[in-house]
Amino acid sequence: MVDSKKYFIAFGITAVIFLTAIVVSNALGAKKLEDVRAIESRVALDILSSETQFALLEETSCTDIGPGFLSQELGPLGQKLNFAENQTELNVDDLEYLKRSYFLLEIKDYLLMKRLTERCGIRPTFILYFYSTEDKCEDCEKMGYVLTALREKYPDLRVYSFDYHFDVGAIKTLRSIYKIKPELPALVINNKAYYGFKTIEELEKIATSTQKVR
Amino acid sequence: MPEIQTFILYISLFISLFFEVFLLITYLEVREELKVEETNLGRALKYFPTLTVIVPCYNEEKTAAMTIESILNLDYPKDKISIIAVNDGSTDNTLEVLKSFESNSQVRVLSKENGGKHTALNMALESVDTDLVGCLDADSFVLPDTLKKIAPFFEDEAIMAVTPSIRVHEPGNILQHIQRVEYNWGIFLRRMLSSLNAMYVTPGPFSIFRTRVFRDLGGYRAAHHTEDLEIALRMQKNRYKLVNSHGAHVYTVTPSKFKPLFKQRVRWSYGFLNNVIDYRGMLFNRKYGHVGMFILPLGTVSIFSTIYMVAHLVWRSISHFFDTLVKFMTVGFNTSFHMPNFDWYFLNTGAVSFLTVTAILFTITILYLALKLADGKFKLKKEIFYYLLIYPFMVPLWLLKVVFDTVFRRRVSWR
Repeated sequence: MVDSKKYFIAFGITAVIFLTAIVVSNALGAKKLEDVRAIESRVALDILSSETQFALLEETSCTDIGPGFLSQELGPLGQKLNFAENQTELNVDDLEYLKRSYFLLEIKDYLLMKRLTERCGIRPTFILYFYSTEDKCEDCEKMGYVLTALREKYPDLRVYSFDYHFDVGAIKTLRSIYKIKPELPALVINNKAYYGFKTIEELEKIATSTQKVR
Repeated sequence: MPEIQTFILYISLFISLFFEVFLLITYLEVREELKVEETNLGRALKYFPTLTVIVPCYNEEKTAAMTIESILNLDYPKDKISIIAVNDGSTDNTLEVLKSFESNSQVRVLSKENGGKHTALNMALESVDTDLVGCLDADSFVLPDTLKKIAPFFEDEAIMAVTPSIRVHEPGNILQHIQRVEYNWGIFLRRMLSSLNAMYVTPGPFSIFRTRVFRDLGGYRAAHHTEDLEIALRMQKNRYKLVNSHGAHVYTVTPSKFKPLFKQRVRWSYGFLNNVIDYRGMLFNRKYGHVGMFILPLGTVSIFSTIYMVAHLVWRSISHFFDTLVKFMTVGFNTSFHMPNFDWYFLNTGAVSFLTVTAILFTITILYLALKLADGKFKLKKEIFYYLLIYPFMVPLWLLKVVFDTVFRRRVSWR
């Protein structure tokens, strides 16, 4: 009664379309993670290079430090990982691994920045930012927008953002050094912790006042 | 919960794509058939079967005269056509308009208390003694050659009913232009369903039946205010053959405002869903061919999947809008505006995106074929964009009401 052949053909074609979509999507997802991985290796290399340069500095002067001393790719890397967070086609384990390395690279960069400011008397221009992905944190989302806008306004500013609950020993150590309470979002500006949402103006004010104290 | 949502989304997309692929395969098969049909319809008829056209009227004083005149103008032997106009308890001047035709020997006028379209049709059916019988709603008009493109099909003894292509009469505003595209898409769909022997409706405007269909199966039923759908399902259940003549054109006046359109569509969709529930024995029953195995189950599932997919899209757009709003309220547009460098990384490359794009491309392809079939050639008009951009968001509105009404068993009113 029913021409079943047509159903099989239509089903076959639809299944092929579905499989193609899934395969292409997974391939592009893998390519994206590959991209992130490549940036991470470049950042790692940048840091290694800076550290080496810094070690050599002990014997030379601070004037040798050019504008490209610190890696310029840490910011875009953070943006890419942030976007990847909501993409379903990306491999979760790979993403976790990349996030872990990103946080560690951030800490290394932060340490380098700190040593640089101490050694050469450069004005510290960095913010440590703790957010949460576990519990609903609407202020964290807003804080993210503010920090992005701030970074656009002050290109030299380095914002190191950390997932407060992420299981990395170094983040835990960082948390205990600055005694960060789990009241997120939390910011560390010039060694002092601030909690809750802050506007651009508030952050600018904090930065100026702490500068004066110093 | 997100996993269930994703699963439903995938299933809905699979069903939509499957249907579109199925329709395109059917089109490839039907193409040859269409050419043969055109040649056959052009030749002269050997025998002209007699026909009665019933015109049920309820408050149609403005259009009834045009409807009847269009039947009288049919290019067909006058002694072979008679008209029975039934005034179904109109409260306006419809009866007077109808009576003005009584001097014509081809026209008979009946009048009764209001009882619904099916009662008006049944009253007229009692006195029909012609070979064929059809109905023409009093808001529709036929072209002179319409019947000549329907009658030849009845040379095949197995064919019990022939439906025409319904087109929109003089579309004025955007809403009517959207309906024009929709009706043209309907012309394509009906022609495909005809080849699959899976027609599930014999529309009120000028579907022509062998009179014995009603003698054998009984008259029209109330059928949730969609008697034209019920009779088609009853015929399918009795394995009667229904076909569509896509070259036979009937023009109908469509609602120009959203409210009457909404009510009309609620009635149609409610009628579909509830008649399918009444005829549920046909579902997934191989005995009833494509209509039982595929078209009726698909039509039912698509009511829910359409609601789900559009709700999903609307929800995503709203949440995106609020994210942007929060961003704007937090930092404003004070940051220097610069076009971000294009980076494919930030494109959504999820499987759902690819499948949605494929489904949209298929929809556009089918729409192109549909408009080409309906108008003879394809012309890019603004109404196509209105249809693609507005229509998908209108449909879930009446579908939601239909589901709500069906669940709570509420009656759907005619007007």
